[in-house]
Parts: sequence; C-alpha cells; structure tokens
Amino acid sequence: MNMLIEAPPSGDVLSSTELAVEVRGLTRRYGANCVLRDLDLSIRPGEFVALLGRSGSGKSTLLRTLAGLDAAPAGRVVAPGTLGVVFQEPRLLPWKRVWKNVILGLRAPDALARAEAALREVGLGHRLNAWPLTLSGGEAQRAALARALVREPGLLLLDEPFAALDALTRLKMQEMVLELWRVHRPAVLLVTHDVDEALILADRVLMLEDGRISLEVMVPMARPRRHEGAAFGALRRELLGALGVVV
Amino acid sequence: MTFVLRILSIGAIDLVQYQPELNMNLSVLASAALPRGTKSFAGPGAWLLLRRAAVPVGVVAVWQAAAGFGLTSPQTMPAPSMIVSSFWNLIVTGQLWPNLLISLTRVVFGLAAGVAVGTVLGLAAGLSRLGEDMIDPSVQMARTLPHLALIPLMILWFGIGETPKIVIIALGSSFPIYLNLYSAIRGADRKLLEAGQVLGLTRAETILNVVLPAALPGFLVGLRQALGIAWISLVVAEQINADAGIGYLVMNARDFLQTDVIFDGLLVYAMLGLATDRLVRRLEITLLAWRPVLLDR
Repeated sequence: MNMLIEAPPSGDVLSSTELAVEVRGLTRRYGANCVLRDLDLSIRPGEFVALLGRSGSGKSTLLRTLAGLDAAPAGRVVAPGTLGVVFQEPRLLPWKRVWKNVILGLRAPDALARAEAALREVGLGHRLNAWPLTLSGGEAQRAALARALVREPGLLLLDEPFAALDALTRLKMQEMVLELWRVHRPAVLLVTHDVDEALILADRVLMLEDGRISLEVMVPMARPRRHEGAAFGALRRELLGALGVVV
Repeated sequence: MTFVLRILSIGAIDLVQYQPELNMNLSVLASAALPRGTKSFAGPGAWLLLRRAAVPVGVVAVWQAAAGFGLTSPQTMPAPSMIVSSFWNLIVTGQLWPNLLISLTRVVFGLAAGVAVGTVLGLAAGLSRLGEDMIDPSVQMARTLPHLALIPLMILWFGIGETPKIVIIALGSSFPIYLNLYSAIRGADRKLLEAGQVLGLTRAETILNVVLPAALPGFLVGLRQALGIAWISLVVAEQINADAGIGYLVMNARDFLQTDVIFDGLLVYAMLGLATDRLVRRLEITLLAWRPVLLDR
C-alpha cells in the first residue's frame, strides 16, 4: 500500500529534483539565541514526515521557514511552490463564509466547484455557507485542512494542528489526514509533541534537539496502525527516551 | 446646557436602545440557570421593561405633580405637559421642521466631510509607514486641542454663515474616525495576516480581504463616537451664532423666557442623537453579520 516505506532514508544523497523539500545548512538565530544550527532535511514527494521535539527546540521555526514566513534564513531551502499550511488554530477569516475562506488566494476559474469538493471531502459539505465563528473547533480545523488541500500542494505543513482539539476529535482528525494524504499524495511535514501521533501517522519520525536533527526513526508498520503491539511499543519507548521521558 | 443634554440623550439611549439585547441575554441566562417550571425573577419582556422604565417615568410623574402643586415656576421648570403642548405648537406652526432640517443638514455635511477626512488619513497612516510618519504625530498633537476652542478663529476665518459650523463639526468628528481606523488597521490579527501570506495573497488582496474587514468594527466604533461629537459640535456652533436651526430656536426662546421651548430643543437633540445612533447600530448589524452575538451551541 505504502510504496515509500522501503525508500532510503533522507541521509542518502538524492538529486534535488527528486525531493519535495531540501534544506541544507540552515541556521537561524534570534539575537544570541541559536534556534536552528546547520540543519539538513530532505523530504521526498509523497512522504509523511513527523517532527518531534520539546518546546523551544525550533520545530515551529523550521516549519515557518519552509512556509516562507520566516525572513532571511541562512542556508539553502528548497520547497515546492504550492504549499498548504494548517496551524494550531484554524486561522479562518471570520468575515468570509467557509467556502470563500477555502478559495482564498486560489486562482482558478472553477473555484466554487473546487471549494465544494474540498469541503465535502472533509465532511463539511453542509457548512459551505456557514460563518467560521459558528463552526466547532474540529469543524474549523477541517475547513482549514480543506483550504490547505484545495490547491493540491506539493508540500503540506501541519503545525500541531490537533493540539487544541479534544482527544476523540483528535483521533478522527488523524484518520482524516491519513485518508486525505492517501488521495492527494502531498509530502507532509507534521510538527507535533505527541509521540503516539507521530508513530500513527508518519513514514519517518525526526527528533529536533538543540537546533539540529538528533534522531531519525523509520516507521515500517503497515497502515492503519494501532496504539499497540511490540513494534509500536519499542519505537514509542525509543522516542520517549530520546525526549527524556523514561517509560 | 450641553452637559444636561448629554445626560438626557445618554439616558434615553440606554433605556430604549440596549434593551432588546439585554432582554434576550437575561432571559437566556434566566432560562439556563433556573430549573424548568421555576418562575424567573427577571421575567421576559413586560416586567423587565417596567423595571427599567420605572425611574424615568416616576421622575416625570413627580415633576408633573410638583408643577401642578405650584412648587416649580413655569419660568424655570415648566410642567412636562406644558413642554409637550409647546412642542406640538412648534410642529403645527411650522417652526420646527425648517429649523430641524437646517440642523440636520449641518450635521450631515459636517459629518460627511469629517468621516471622509478621517478615513483617508486613517487609511494612509494605517497602511503605510511613510503615511504613519507623516500623519500620525501631527494628528496626535492636533487632537489634544479641544476643537470647540477653535470657534472664535473659525468665525474670523469663515464668517458667521454655514461654513464655520460645518467645519467645526467636520473637525471634531474626523478625530475619532482617524484614531479608531488607524489603530484597528494596525491591530489586525498577525495570525490571519500570516495565513493570507501562506495562501499567496498579493498586498492588495491582503488589504482587501484581511486588513480592511478586520478594521471595520473599529471604524464603526469611531463612527459612533464621531456622531456623538458631531451633535455636541452642532449644539455649540448653533448657539454661538445662528439665525436658523434648533440652536437658534433655543437661544431665541431664552431671550423671550420661553423655558418650555428650551426643553423642546433638548428633546429634539436627544431624539436626533438617539435616531442616528440606532442607524449606526443597524449598520453594524448588517456589516458585521459574521459576528455571532449569541452562539447557539
């Protein structure tokens, strides 16, 4: 099912045309504080990568750099021209109806039809005309997901998109993201602090520590995955151990 | 005089205007807080209206009674019934409408000019650094000067016709528009701006889709403040030098000791202030339809 699991890890030398994301020697300082130091990262097209790290480890800075929101990075950063970003908050414009939010910045003649299709895909076909502030937290985040995917991005950046949701909604959202990823096949970089979430979703889990990638773990289990089994437990212990949590 | 007017008009606005919303909130709260079948203490509609109207109605009743017993003189405090009948007299003799029309015209032109100037300056300072540097310090300095203090200068510059009155109204109402619009533009949510940037919006698209809609609520707050200042400016401008208008009517009445007509003038100002404020509220409800007042979930 997942053809990318057997692919070589990012450390291997690949030509940049084969990569969705290529970061080489990225350094970012805020004053004297060095957030990212000489960081390398490669993501292949269609690959699902999770980025773990403690608060302040530079996860969000890396994501913002890839999104083009962080000015003047030192180093080489190549990312696809079409990006989709979902933040921790939905960031919908409250004064635009849901479908208008979805087509914001979309330059296509059939924008309405595409918005409708995208919203139906995330189960919001009945809320096309709703005002964003009347949506529930989960619905709003799904609308944000539709907005990110409607432009068929080569790279989908997810910045802790489920962190503000309740546990049940979070599980449903994770399932939905996997399904959408299967259909649209963007490369995905998911920033999270949740080890389980990373292991359920990603092909590859990276750990960011002191501004560089300190650990890289391939997740070979077939999808759909469950929060159980020896393989899952072993990976979970390894990653939690790397985060300094003893289990 | 101005002070009394403000009290009157604020009281009237509070009583009538905020009632439906409050009413709704209270009944929602009451029905949520109390078990089914319990008699709600706030009660819907009529009882609440009664409680809110009790004081003003009582004051008028006492006032009328005091006048009836001869405790107040018609020269200082004419009875409410006298005020009503002289108001009716103003209407049937045709004195009210032309003067009302002139006062309204002054406010409309002054406010239109003030809103236009405030909006242009607010947009320029809010949307560009150059505009901010060139406009904001000067406006901040100018606004510390009470604009009504300029009336003698205005009369010297523009004479005693309509121009100085309209300029004073425009000057006073432009400041709240500018200040609110400027700070609302600058206060636009950074997170939404980033979302727009990620979606590839051009600068023009960002201003149109993100910045200006975000600033609209602030602008409307400015508009309401501007209206208040416009009425105050009108009252002062009309009383200093006018040969027509509600202010003229009032000053004329003072010369002839027609205290009831003075009260009529106050009544008119209060009603005008109330009516225009409701107009802006209606505008807010239409333009800010995306703001759920009461979430039904």
